[in-house]
Amino acid sequence: MQFYSLPNLIRRGLRGHRDWTPAWRKAEPKPSYDVVIVGAGGHGLATAYYLAKLHGVTNVAVLERGWLGGGNIGRNTAIVRSNYLWDASAHIYEFSLKLWEGLSQELNYNVMFSQRGLLNIGHSEQEMRDLARRVGANQLNGIDAELVSTAEISKLVPVLNTSPDTRYPVLGGTLQRRGGVARHDAVAWGYARAADALGVDIVENCEVTGIRTANGRVTSLETTRGGIRAGAVGLVVAGNASVLASMAGIRLPIQSHPLQALVTEPLKPVFDPVVMSSAVHVYIHQTDRGELVLGAGIDAPVSYDLNGNFRIIEHVLAAVCELFPIFSRVRMLRQWAGTVDVCPDASPIISGTPVKGLFMNCGWGTGGFKATPGSGWVFAHTLAHQEPHPLNEPFSLDRFTTGALIDEHGAAAVAH
Amino acid sequence: MLLIPCPWCGPREDDEFTFGGEADIPRPADPAALTDEQWADYLFMRDNRRGHHREQWCHTAGCRRWFIVERDTVTNEILGASIYGDSP
Repeated sequence: MQFYSLPNLIRRGLRGHRDWTPAWRKAEPKPSYDVVIVGAGGHGLATAYYLAKLHGVTNVAVLERGWLGGGNIGRNTAIVRSNYLWDASAHIYEFSLKLWEGLSQELNYNVMFSQRGLLNIGHSEQEMRDLARRVGANQLNGIDAELVSTAEISKLVPVLNTSPDTRYPVLGGTLQRRGGVARHDAVAWGYARAADALGVDIVENCEVTGIRTANGRVTSLETTRGGIRAGAVGLVVAGNASVLASMAGIRLPIQSHPLQALVTEPLKPVFDPVVMSSAVHVYIHQTDRGELVLGAGIDAPVSYDLNGNFRIIEHVLAAVCELFPIFSRVRMLRQWAGTVDVCPDASPIISGTPVKGLFMNCGWGTGGFKATPGSGWVFAHTLAHQEPHPLNEPFSLDRFTTGALIDEHGAAAVAH
Repeated sequence: MLLIPCPWCGPREDDEFTFGGEADIPRPADPAALTDEQWADYLFMRDNRRGHHREQWCHTAGCRRWFIVERDTVTNEILGASIYGDSP
């Protein structure tokens, strides 16, 4: 791997930048691997990286139907936080946030992680009580969280309309100062480059069309580029989790929905933190380029369509204009959607399955991006040891049978 | 935006309707007789099909009746609508 550093930049600059090589190889699939990961998104690539780095498993392939990072890792709104209510979620998201804090150094790749703070605003007395409860839970779990008054919010985000005359006045909020955003594509590219350097094969344009099993154990995958034998298989395919699982006869408690986001034309920097409102249903931040990134809610019907319903856009823009009258004339540059895999309890599944050797990392729903490093870390452990790490043990598939659900709708359903 | 063909009111915009999830999931006649696995399957597990999908809709802001729509979940093409009991 070519190390990215200032001396290297100068040295190669003096040679006219002619000898930079691609960040990762275009690998051809081999007939057999110890571990095959399906899905070259953030979670899949992170899994491959930690498998090779921490567990010495380097005979690994990451198969991707389309192109690397073309799924939800490139479609999310890039928000990172760990202020979840329940212990199980708090632990895994906080573990992830700690990995984020050293990720650029770890990967020798600038993921532009920017801890600009994350503000959840409340618009009713009940919402303020719920937010206070969550701050208490966060603090008990050692996660930075604080309640902030409307006056403090006004100081943090002067362009936010905190007047009491609005339809949904801002009564206060919570602040996670360590929360923020990261450059989402760079996360996929950084993990891909680092995994590739450790010997992982990343195979694009390779769609899995079948999963073969013998005596209740996974043996190989059928793909559009031939059969591939596998010691263990990890499915990390977000919105298409049910489709892949059904190839092995597994039913999942997941429903897929389009989740939309929008980006405006660039503006001068006007506010630092990410601002989220569950009540009026919007989350917004300003990128380093000055664009406003706006996220909305999911379309209600189950769908794999990548357009999304226009009514959702109308709804989110109405909320933005209400909260930020200054943005009412800003033009939108583009809109897109991703297919999110939503679990009934708004928590992920990082688990073994009834098929031996077949593991799933899915159900992240609307908020998987922030968990990318931690999710990959625990899933690599799960694949390497064929059993879960204590951090992902609660996120098993059989919690839907035992009833031990991790209901994170308050922290996850609206705020992604 | 979807144009949902209500069997009673005709085609209307989707914001008049409530989506009711996958169709053909009958409530077990005797829940107490089920194993935990069977109950979990009824309660949580879904086909979540890519492609042809039979689903329930309610015309909330219209006739307020439930019915079944067949839709392609990739293209969002509506393939038909029917009243409960009229189709398999």
